[in-house]
Amino acid sequence: MNHEIVFSKYYGESQTEGLDYYKKHDYGYNALLKAIEMGFEKVHQEVKDSGLRGRGGAGFPCGMKWGFIPKNTEKPIYLVINADESEPGTFKDRAIMAYQPHLMIEGAIISAMTIKAHMIYVYIRGEYVKEAKILDAAIEEAYKAGYLGKNVAGTGYQLDMVVHRGAGAYICGEETALLNSLEGKRGEPRIKPPFFPAAIGLFSCPTVVNNVETLACVPMIVSKGAEWFRSFGPEKNHGMKLFCISGHVNRPGLYERPMGYPLMKLIEEDCGGIWKGRKLKAAFPGGSSAPVLTAEECNVNLDFDSLAKAGSMLGSAGIMVIDDATCILKVAIRTAHFYQVESCGQCTPCREGSMWLKELHIRLEAGEGKVSDLDLIEDICNNMDGTTICAFGEATAWPLRSMVKKFRSEYEQHVVEKRCPFEG
Amino acid sequence: MKKVFGEKFYQEMDRISQFYPNKRAMLLPALHAAQKERGWISDETMQDVADFLEIPKTQVKEVVTFYHMFHTKPVGKVNLQFCNNIACWLRGSEELIHHAEKKCNIRLGETTGDGVFTISEVECLGSCGTAPVCQVNDDYHENFSVEALDKLLEGRQS
Repeated sequence: MNHEIVFSKYYGESQTEGLDYYKKHDYGYNALLKAIEMGFEKVHQEVKDSGLRGRGGAGFPCGMKWGFIPKNTEKPIYLVINADESEPGTFKDRAIMAYQPHLMIEGAIISAMTIKAHMIYVYIRGEYVKEAKILDAAIEEAYKAGYLGKNVAGTGYQLDMVVHRGAGAYICGEETALLNSLEGKRGEPRIKPPFFPAAIGLFSCPTVVNNVETLACVPMIVSKGAEWFRSFGPEKNHGMKLFCISGHVNRPGLYERPMGYPLMKLIEEDCGGIWKGRKLKAAFPGGSSAPVLTAEECNVNLDFDSLAKAGSMLGSAGIMVIDDATCILKVAIRTAHFYQVESCGQCTPCREGSMWLKELHIRLEAGEGKVSDLDLIEDICNNMDGTTICAFGEATAWPLRSMVKKFRSEYEQHVVEKRCPFEG
Repeated sequence: MKKVFGEKFYQEMDRISQFYPNKRAMLLPALHAAQKERGWISDETMQDVADFLEIPKTQVKEVVTFYHMFHTKPVGKVNLQFCNNIACWLRGSEELIHHAEKKCNIRLGETTGDGVFTISEVECLGSCGTAPVCQVNDDYHENFSVEALDKLLEGRQS
């Protein structure tokens, strides 16, 4: 399997965030200069040919998304960077911004010039105070070096960029909620259609929203070519990828591996297996919105299509590993609690469903549930699936439905024994 | 207009205003700057921000109450925000929260009588590889432990 470290070369080291360091050790805005020389139509084609799929969760082809921007529009075009990274189990964008902010900025400048945007907003989650400061400083450096401002790299192209901090709301990672938040409103998702903000986005203008890691892939695609990028990973799932792994493994952390890397290899070899000599019970392969995989199902490759085929999703590549000493109902309570707290409250199935899912699990875990509660949980999940404005309904329903379906005997044991079997 | 905030607030607003087509879009940055100066967002602060941005106060209030990070009541000087989401919970965050509650003699969401410590539970902070994590004011304390917590709470009786 073709393998080359392109992101995480110097993660964990200090003072890697400056422009000098980036010039010495990375692309150093040479990809931008190359892009200008190539012409941006060619850049767009190269990104399309690379097969780059969005790293935020949905895996939508990046080049195609850029192509949705209407031609010859008189309105301003915006590029918005989704740095809201809030999916439980995910911490890759934070590392990119902390250790190589200029990689993201260079990618953003190339992308903005490709879609003819003159303004870039970085919407970063409010809790990332340190990373926001690092970005502010890096953007200032880019202005001073002439990569941003009235005359980008001597081309006469005007491009501005500003960091916009969120204020603690998971839902703002949903792109239309993010746009509302940027406009100074509550972070409530917008009704679709339009399905893409390319036509009507930020301030009702054409907008592309891209994830941090997606944009960080752009300089390397421009620099090394689409073919090089396609040399990593299986068909339609290309590139090197940052996998976030947490929970009950011996060595949790960030691992850069090619798309399609086997999950069990990551857990057993890279992360040193399950902690405390215990056994693997289950794992979320792509954030808490992804249906859980049982230990047997973890024999799967980490890419968009393999995980979809396995009935789950790669999502934001936040892998949370659960050992066999953990009660799955307790995991379900934590999961449901999160969605209850973070539901924006617009749609009844989501607002009420997340609350009742949590209440039912609390009752069951305490040994006070009924067997019919299990069907009720599935029923609630089915009624949330596809009935809400945004994908939050599914994000709640899918993992919780997967737990009750795949661990039904453990749920039933709680009912029959009238207690949690994991408590001694 | 009469200046009701400190110089830093207006400097920050001046710096960013060129990037936004309207004033309402500056609401989150303005609230962050206001909270940084005053520690929390009171009713009066909402009015001040509304006046500054020339938008109705209701538009400010609906936003303040939507986002977890805006405090509508004063918080302690040391705001301990424990992540208790899945990854941190798998790594023992609950034990840390109980320890903090016991040591400070308060419950989640409360502040000690002397106004020093606030304990709250927050959702995933994006630090799952170094779980459990606690955000103390702005700073992340990764691989957090009872020992590290005791150090922060030093001097408090259980």
